[in-house]
Amino acid sequence: MRRKVYMIAGCNTISMGTGRKEFNPKKERPGLEEYIREAGQGTLKMIGGAGKVDECVIGNFMASRFNRQANLAAFFPYVDEGLRYKPAIRVEGACATGGLALMSGIKSILAETAEVVLVIGVEVQNTVKAIYCADFLAGAGWFKNRKTGHAYFFPGQFSDRAGAYYEKYGREKTRQAMAKWFRNAIENARLCPTAQEYHNTVKDLEALAMMEPNGKSFVDHLNVFDCSKVSDGASAIAVVSEEGLKRCGIPASEAIEVMGWGQMEEDITLPPVDPAALTTTKEAVKMALATAGITRDQVGTAEIHDCFSIAGLMCMEAIGFAEPGKGADFILSGATSRSGRFPVNTTGGLIGWGHPTGGTGVHQAVTILEQLTGKAGEAQVAIPADRPYGLTVNMGGDDKTLVSVVYRKGM
Amino acid sequence: MTYEERLQHVSVLGAAGKMGSGILLLTAVEMADLSLKPENRGKPFVLNAIDVSDEALSGVLKYLKAQVLKMAEKKVVALRKAYAGRADLIDNNEIIDQYIFDVLSLVRPSTRMEAAFDSRLVFEAIKEDQELKISIFAKIAASNPHLPWFFTNTSSIPITKLDEGAGLGGRIIGFHFYNPPAVQKLVEVIKAKQTLPEVEEFALAYAKSLRKIVVPSHDVAGFIGNGHFMRDILHAATEVEKLGKEFSFVEAVYAMNRISQDLLVRPMGIFQLVDYVGVDVCSFIMSVMDHHLKEETLHCPLLDRLLSQGVKGGQYSDGSQKDGILKYEKGRPVAIYDPGTRVYVPIGDIQPAVDAKLGNLPVPPAWKAVVGNKAKEEILREYFSQLKAASGLGAELARFYATRSCEIGKQLVSSGVAGNENDVNTVLLTGFFHAYGPVNNYL
Repeated sequence: MRRKVYMIAGCNTISMGTGRKEFNPKKERPGLEEYIREAGQGTLKMIGGAGKVDECVIGNFMASRFNRQANLAAFFPYVDEGLRYKPAIRVEGACATGGLALMSGIKSILAETAEVVLVIGVEVQNTVKAIYCADFLAGAGWFKNRKTGHAYFFPGQFSDRAGAYYEKYGREKTRQAMAKWFRNAIENARLCPTAQEYHNTVKDLEALAMMEPNGKSFVDHLNVFDCSKVSDGASAIAVVSEEGLKRCGIPASEAIEVMGWGQMEEDITLPPVDPAALTTTKEAVKMALATAGITRDQVGTAEIHDCFSIAGLMCMEAIGFAEPGKGADFILSGATSRSGRFPVNTTGGLIGWGHPTGGTGVHQAVTILEQLTGKAGEAQVAIPADRPYGLTVNMGGDDKTLVSVVYRKGM
Repeated sequence: MTYEERLQHVSVLGAAGKMGSGILLLTAVEMADLSLKPENRGKPFVLNAIDVSDEALSGVLKYLKAQVLKMAEKKVVALRKAYAGRADLIDNNEIIDQYIFDVLSLVRPSTRMEAAFDSRLVFEAIKEDQELKISIFAKIAASNPHLPWFFTNTSSIPITKLDEGAGLGGRIIGFHFYNPPAVQKLVEVIKAKQTLPEVEEFALAYAKSLRKIVVPSHDVAGFIGNGHFMRDILHAATEVEKLGKEFSFVEAVYAMNRISQDLLVRPMGIFQLVDYVGVDVCSFIMSVMDHHLKEETLHCPLLDRLLSQGVKGGQYSDGSQKDGILKYEKGRPVAIYDPGTRVYVPIGDIQPAVDAKLGNLPVPPAWKAVVGNKAKEEILREYFSQLKAASGLGAELARFYATRSCEIGKQLVSSGVAGNENDVNTVLLTGFFHAYGPVNNYL
């Protein structure tokens, strides 16, 4: 890379929705702009104010339908008056929106048009019931497939994938591994006060998650515990150069450095190459590791796009942590739990922390920042000295838009 | 005539009422679902919503729309399949909106009874008045060339009396929904002496399609549900009277209401339930039962006295509770009517003293925590064993109440109203939402 790129000053709002004690769908709640402002101001405060910022990027997937709002870049001056008359842009790539927002920031640093870029990812989805939410989120797929798709479109897509996976590699163990995935997600979320499942007190999580799927009321091969929930939330982070670090007065040791990335697209009009594998994810991770010049065995922790537990499982195989068909064994061995060899989704991931779609990619970066700089609080995991890298995988649609980034603590 | 053909032309009498609008809703949805089947495409389905006034009918479509929306949201997976052939309907909300339209477009509100003259099936949920029902049935039967079947929602009048009075020749059956029909799972099915087998067969098929739980009751006034409920009221009223030596009227009502709710682990106290149904309705049902039941007197001076002072209870059209024996704020009882002074006495004023007189009581589990609980059998057994061992007035009244409720249940079986004890328990569990059946061995 022509210059070093860092990320600092991560800030998450609460991921609000069912599961949080304070969530009441019948009462009026904060709107899109409040979430943007809360996250943005959090980051600005840490870097010393809006005066430090050269450019802004906001990632949002579907405010046009959830909130009937577009032109989101114009909310930056609402975050802070000091952002008036500064360049800003809104990016969109379905659930990989946050990842694309980060990439936009990274490229501004590399293009030397900015030393400090404020990046916010946001989605406020509880404005409608889940059944209508499903329609809005279906925009992440090809609209021409909507008519023949499931009422719950994306759960339907990943249910089909799960069905194909069960068929190819066996159902029982896969279901058990998905239940274990759920358990890890909730247990990690319980350690993170902003997580949607922070208040979850269920005792036997795996037994709960083994509930038999019911295609009559939901989808054939997944139950609700296999799915991320409907979330309202925002995350913000500053993407900076070395010059930017100095400007903000933050030492590199409190930053993470971007070591490499894989950003790519697959044809949205085509069905999956292999329904039992995430082929684009595999390519994106391969590219991220290659550009960082590391192997997957040097990764100490990862933030994975587990919009569905089956996606988390398949992602383990796409990264290469497990051979195809062996993802379940890998998860059941405990390798992905917080005490395992590759702690995954240490603040709960999409299933545990929440999935405010446009914010998720940024939230992943914030969690890696906290973990690699030792600021994850109760959720902190040990990062081994010989495996100092953090990996993120942010996926938009059904393995269509991919952003995978490799990070290391700043030096 | 097939099941579908029978349901192609239907009328609901009393469609704007509490029960009638629920029956209208369930029937409209059933008919719409039939009309969406490929083999029924193009066939007309007509549902007349008949009631006496335009004012009352004006709210019915609004009610239907709100309810069908809720139902459609729950079954959108199936609806997407039903509308798979409609290329113009893509998003869930488009499909749901179309379904609501399709249900509502079957419904023809009318104030004219003549609308029922073309119907093959007539649901009746009008006032609990034997002569009125007979005269309407007779008129429709005389002018309707299709030999329509009559499904009456009466909760008290013997079906045989209606059949014979209107000369229906067995084309009638008691099909008693519980309030609200869209929620309560129970339907009591009551055959008259002459009820035709095909009428019963259809009734059971219709109930099954609505996913209702059917309990057969013999054709004895009040049937099983009110057979238990009315005698339960009489027990509570008698106890209020007996407590009169030591308690004021308001205190005694508070005590029996609390005992019947908290200590018997029921969803509401007996006097709140009377208000929910309506003091006037309860009194009326009792008089119908009293008229038909020769060996027993069912008469409640307490209800008569309150009624004479205009205390009626019942519900507003939005389903919220009107003041009756109790006064309500946000659906919760806050005061009790004193017929002596004709004012409501705040419960807070008398509660501490009455509770003290009731003595130390075992802590009952909340009804809500028990009703859907898999371990409810153990929870209830444990609680009732504590109640059995407890001393003091409150525990004594609670035990007596439960014992009497059990006796009433057994009496319904021995007098031939219910086929067995299990049927009695099912009625209380599914029609009254009790957490346990009255016929039990807890005490």
